[in-house]
Amino acid sequence: MRRIFTALLLSCGFANAAHAQADSLMNMLNDAPVKKEAVSATFKATRIINGSSVENLGAGVLDFRISHRFGQLNQGAENFFGLDNATTRLGLDYGITKWLMIGLGHSTLNKENDGFLKARILSQKNAGMPVTLSYAGSVSVQTTKAPTLPAGDKWLFTNRLYYTNQVLIARKISNALSLQLMPTLVHYNLVDSTKFSNNTLAIGIGGRIKVSKRIAITGEYYYRVTNADLFYSGQKTYNALAIGVDIETGGHVFQMMLTNSPGITDRTFIGQTTDSWEKGALHFGFNISRVFTIVKPREFRDKAEEPRSW
Amino acid sequence: MKKLILTSCFLLAGATSIFAQKYMTRTGKISFSATAPKSPEKIEAVNNEVANILDAKTGDIVFQVLIKSFKFERELMKEHFDENYMESDKFPKSEFKGNVTDIAQVNFAKDGTYNVKVSGKLTMHGVTKDVAVPGTLTVSGKNVSAKAKFVVVLKDYGITVPALVADKLSKEATIALESTLTQK
Repeated sequence: MRRIFTALLLSCGFANAAHAQADSLMNMLNDAPVKKEAVSATFKATRIINGSSVENLGAGVLDFRISHRFGQLNQGAENFFGLDNATTRLGLDYGITKWLMIGLGHSTLNKENDGFLKARILSQKNAGMPVTLSYAGSVSVQTTKAPTLPAGDKWLFTNRLYYTNQVLIARKISNALSLQLMPTLVHYNLVDSTKFSNNTLAIGIGGRIKVSKRIAITGEYYYRVTNADLFYSGQKTYNALAIGVDIETGGHVFQMMLTNSPGITDRTFIGQTTDSWEKGALHFGFNISRVFTIVKPREFRDKAEEPRSW
Repeated sequence: MKKLILTSCFLLAGATSIFAQKYMTRTGKISFSATAPKSPEKIEAVNNEVANILDAKTGDIVFQVLIKSFKFERELMKEHFDENYMESDKFPKSEFKGNVTDIAQVNFAKDGTYNVKVSGKLTMHGVTKDVAVPGTLTVSGKNVSAKAKFVVVLKDYGITVPALVADKLSKEATIALESTLTQK
């Protein structure tokens, strides 16, 4: 009995004497449950190239976008390989919450005004949810003058409207590789002829491969499942394919691309691309985005502004 | 006899918990500023989820912080911080393992502020370096507040600043730490 007592006393004593080492303290901290984190930066920008990516702007962030597509490369030296002509879209996007953003834009092509909304429904997590899923919807109105119509026909406002509904499903497979699928339905209120459907169903596939921390190669292709034979302004249409490079600089992402679509709105490039890669009717273009923080995150509010030295 | 063993064990166990004197928190705060002198925008961030333990007896002190928990004024800055600078998917945590070398002069039974020296190993972006920084420990009842401010050279931790942003992002970051620990 005495022996047990001594042993107990000794062991208690040892426990007392044992110094807690920094390592064991660190182990205590490691006991905290692993946080499930949403995967960030699946793509560098809110657009893969022409179409939407699953990326949203942060809450309170305003993004001013200038998208530019030059004329066809195969126009020859006479038109400076397309650089003499260009279409532009100016856009303002705003992040209302972390998961909801809206945007307005004006394009020179067809003098089109468009508005869109993008909502993230599911977020890819480091454990659990394998994909990010968003909905993107847009409406656009063409404001060009009425075309010559057969006698008796009217050029209604509704003739100029177009709608796009998209589901964006993306996965950041690794730090370098992200892929996205975009089942898309475009509704054209007016098509060239009654033999075409007003609805075009398309499946888009897009992706990016990071080649360095700040440079990524991107690609985007919209395959039309229905209405692929659609004519637009009397011309045959092609599936839209674009390849690009994302270059990230301090405050913005610069995107350069080659695409067969001069249009920048969803409805134009998905169903009304009349140029083809085979003929070399490609357009060089770029997107510039500049973000401004309108509403600061909570941690940075109500802080006396320190004078800045310029 | 059995009673005696049990009692003495309880007594000793009690003694252990008194002498162990560990202080802990998971809501410490670390902020940093890496703004270049003439930058038009401030490059700073704050993290309010710093885990910290101090052993009052041995002076051992550890900090641990999740890189992704840093909050920035600009969302894009955070993305760049995670993606390009700290590579937080590859190096999710930053930690400090060290010792308050002059812990003996701190009287944890008496309220007051004590200037202390801390030295140890700081691991950031997968690189571990020895650091020694001055700080203060403020005892107030069952709480101890730890405060320190120090500068790290980004290059030392394998964090490169591209020329393009050199006018905004400084080559050094000033790190300020403030955590209030509670006796365990």
